[in-house]
Amino acid sequence: MGTYILQIFNGISVSSILMLAALGLAITFGLMKVINMAHGEFIMIGAYVTYLVQNLFIHLDKSLFGLYFVLAIPASFVVAAFIGFVLEGTVIRHLYNRPLDSILATWGVSLVLQQLARSIFGAPNVDVKSPGWLEGGLVLHQGLQLPYKRLFIIALVITCILGMFVLLYKSKTGRRIRAVMQNREMAESMGINTRRVDAYTFAIGSGLAGIAGCALTLLGSIGSTLGTNYIVDTFMVVVLGGVGKLIGTVAGGLFIGTANTTLEFYTNTSLAKVLVFLLIITFLQWRPKGLFNISSRSLDE
Amino acid sequence: MLDVRNLEAFYGESIVLNDINLHVPNGQIVCLLGRNGVGKTTFLKSVMGLVKTPKGSIKFNGEEIVKKPTYYRARQGISYVPQGRDIFPQLSVHENLLLGLEASGGNGNIDEEIYELFPVLKAMLKRKGGDLSGGQQQQLAIARALVSKPKLLILDEPTEGIQPSVIQEIGRVIKQLNSEANLTILIVEQYLEFVVEVSDYYYVMEKGIIVTEGFTMELNQEEIQKRMSI
Repeated sequence: MGTYILQIFNGISVSSILMLAALGLAITFGLMKVINMAHGEFIMIGAYVTYLVQNLFIHLDKSLFGLYFVLAIPASFVVAAFIGFVLEGTVIRHLYNRPLDSILATWGVSLVLQQLARSIFGAPNVDVKSPGWLEGGLVLHQGLQLPYKRLFIIALVITCILGMFVLLYKSKTGRRIRAVMQNREMAESMGINTRRVDAYTFAIGSGLAGIAGCALTLLGSIGSTLGTNYIVDTFMVVVLGGVGKLIGTVAGGLFIGTANTTLEFYTNTSLAKVLVFLLIITFLQWRPKGLFNISSRSLDE
Repeated sequence: MLDVRNLEAFYGESIVLNDINLHVPNGQIVCLLGRNGVGKTTFLKSVMGLVKTPKGSIKFNGEEIVKKPTYYRARQGISYVPQGRDIFPQLSVHENLLLGLEASGGNGNIDEEIYELFPVLKAMLKRKGGDLSGGQQQQLAIARALVSKPKLLILDEPTEGIQPSVIQEIGRVIKQLNSEANLTILIVEQYLEFVVEVSDYYYVMEKGIIVTEGFTMELNQEEIQKRMSI
């Protein structure tokens, strides 16, 4: 019994990380249709920002060290969002509606950012020490312990998803974003400055990747290739879930995460990966638009 | 109110409008007539800044706007209802209307008057814009354009593909807005009877140039019809 509960928990935990990494991509790829190969590097940026905040706090009073992580979350969001904002203004904005060019250009950006990270922080991985209050775990019964770190990440993911939902569907900003993504010319004719909306939408997507990077520091050491490990999976989550829908990203993340851990439990790591990809490809043959697709009477779709 | 002089417009490399002069006086309803493909819609798009206009001048209330971005023109009080209505399909009717407020910076509320003009919308606020019928979408598009209380309303073929009863409804609303709120209106149309009924002044366009103009009262229906038919 305990093994199964632990398996389910692990599945949810892996899913939550995938969701967090994919949430930003759901905005930049799902809404803006930009294939941003450098998305993983924004995850890396978030992780390194957390590392820097930690280093800053080491020099401060010992009693304050536990607080660094609370500060690192918004810091990684802000820094990644700012770099995303700059990238949108310099590179991405020339590449709207040019998917092939944008793959190449953003892949180049990703290589530049990785090398930049190696030049600044050195090639070896660095460690981020988790704050004390996240050590240990919730003991359900003997031999079954749920680590606080994982629980914290799940809570963080839920907060981010709820935050995104409120921002996109309940706020004035979200209304503008959705209007621009659905019909750019008309949105502009309504008096919306679409260039500015593009810039901050991309910045929000990048910032969310930064938060994902921050969360990943809890699970292991970080290096310049941290993001590359996640980029394929995150694209899979968005495509499987259905482009342009927040709920799709949640469902896609949950599916890939649990399928991965469950199949790993019965087979082994590489075979599980193969099986998950096979499942996804088969599913997309049946429903090419993913789990949640947008359907309407409008003529232009 | 709107004063267009020597305007040229391009789609890609090909010239679509050539030396257009058009004047919309304050408080009047002006109509632009013409066959399919002569450049009427392009003209409206160039007023909104959605196509390239390398030459000419567009003055709105005395201010030169030919080089200004589209959203700036909208915020100055030009409201545009395009030919395909361009409702945001995934947004609810209410959200579509709220976007009308963007022209005044996104603040304020939707006036109850809007629902009095278009009672059909009030019952549909929660529906998705894309789920409405063509006639309902047209009414929503006009309502959305009116939310910001514009100075100039631009309508591109408001009667196209719409059943006669709704056309009458739209004609009634246009005249009511013009007489009660003193709204200036520029309409592009092919439906001559509708034009005769609502407008004060007309222009006829052929192959990107204005070929004739005059007061609607003095309009010779047969002659215009000849120019319009293919």
